[in-house]
Amino acid sequence: MISVDNLSVSVGDKNILNQIAFDLPKNGFLAILGPNGGGKSTLIRCVLGLQDYQGRISFADGSAATSVVTRGATGNRHQARTKPGIENIAVGYVPQIKTLDRTFPARAGELVATALYKKWPWRIGAANKVIVEEALQRVGVGHLCHQQIRNLSGGELQRVYLARAIIGNPQILILDEPSAGVDLVGASDLLEIVESYRKDTEATVIMVTHDWEVAFHHASHVLVLKTSQVSFGPADEALTESAIREAFGHVGHSHGVLSGGHHHG
Amino acid sequence: MADLFTYPFMQRAMIAGLLLSAVAGYYGVFLVQRKLSFLGAGLGHAAFGGIALGLLLGIQPLWIALPFTVLVAAGISWVQNRTRLTGDTAIGIFFSVSVALGILFLSLKSGQQIDAFSYLFGSILSVGSMDVWVSLGLFLVALVTGFTHWAAWAYASFDHEAAEIEGYPVTSHNTLLTSLIAVTIVISVKIVGILLVAAWMVIPAAASRLISPTFRSMTLLSVAFSAFSACLGLIVSFLLDLPSGAIIVLVQSAIFLTALIVQKFQIQS
Repeated sequence: MISVDNLSVSVGDKNILNQIAFDLPKNGFLAILGPNGGGKSTLIRCVLGLQDYQGRISFADGSAATSVVTRGATGNRHQARTKPGIENIAVGYVPQIKTLDRTFPARAGELVATALYKKWPWRIGAANKVIVEEALQRVGVGHLCHQQIRNLSGGELQRVYLARAIIGNPQILILDEPSAGVDLVGASDLLEIVESYRKDTEATVIMVTHDWEVAFHHASHVLVLKTSQVSFGPADEALTESAIREAFGHVGHSHGVLSGGHHHG
Repeated sequence: MADLFTYPFMQRAMIAGLLLSAVAGYYGVFLVQRKLSFLGAGLGHAAFGGIALGLLLGIQPLWIALPFTVLVAAGISWVQNRTRLTGDTAIGIFFSVSVALGILFLSLKSGQQIDAFSYLFGSILSVGSMDVWVSLGLFLVALVTGFTHWAAWAYASFDHEAAEIEGYPVTSHNTLLTSLIAVTIVISVKIVGILLVAAWMVIPAAASRLISPTFRSMTLLSVAFSAFSACLGLIVSFLLDLPSGAIIVLVQSAIFLTALIVQKFQIQS
């Protein structure tokens, strides 16, 4: 579904990502792990078309056409953005909640509607209002449609964003650290919704996470990043002690996950 | 009271004031929502440098202040984007340099203190017919961007990454917005003065944000607050012979205070 080949990103003389290469099959669930500054968010920005890179990212939809995004470091970003890939295979994106401007005067429904209008809606038509409400109900927060976003908890806002991300049934769903700024119960509820979405639609999920448990128990594939690709593969193959030591410099609580790791799920 | 509008200067001030205040209230919502209030103050003082240069050269100050201020706005975003300094530092530096240059220019040209004074504090007597036409032009441009750019600017104000993903040229959109704000500030200086022009852009939007549930209502209310303040402020300023800028900003502040009380009441109820 997503094939990354020889992907490198540098800003100035600093390497952010170096020679990343992996293939994620359709309906896969990729967890991206790594230390802060290890390039996790940059990789996501590349997939979203927000970042110049060298190398190749291609999206393939089984039988359907293959679209390829290739962009050199000197490439014209705007031109490249308006072209390919992502528009053909809809991508849903749930950004980090903690970076969002919660003071913006908006109702939850308006935020979801930006996915339909591709801009900030002046007003929402009756037909779209129904679609927005359905999307919110789908993630269990239909009652929040008219709430202002500054009144929402972190977990609620995240669900609103998830509703916005899956409103068009995208084949790729990308989440950037969905557990940051959300309580434990909220985070695991969100994962359940993501999982059932993946089952229902056969979508491919990419999730940046700090939570090794989540990576181990939910992900079909794990990518460990520390500028270079430390490991990639099924969770039990990629999350080895040596990979974790290489990425994080210590083994820490991963031990519990790896040795006694089957106590849940 | 009725013969207030029989004075041509008052007619000019009122027309220019209404048009400009609507424009200022409109762009102000983006200044407030993007946390750029300080940019308004910086550009207002940049205008002072430009005006002083115009007075020194004996050229219509507006024509020097416009490019000067737009240039300063470009300089601020250049320093912000291309160096390690943040926006507030860049604004602080350009702000001071412009004021220093303005003082230098004025000291080189003696006997112009009164003119400079009216630019510092604003004067309805100084609004010429050209200012009215320029205000009308600015108003029409703002009206057009309301249809063409409001939704994209609002989207990028909320989440510039999301706007980028949709393919909006966010950087050039920002440059356009900043340039239009710079022009609005320069043209507004005659009515409200350099010292108060940032408040004139920011307070109606801030008051509106306190009580608006949506960005649309914040925009509409801000324009309404701004136009009302300008109208009432200009009338009071004329009747009591008080400086227009100060009176308008005080009316805006009264609205802000009211909005603050209304908001507290909303939260409790």
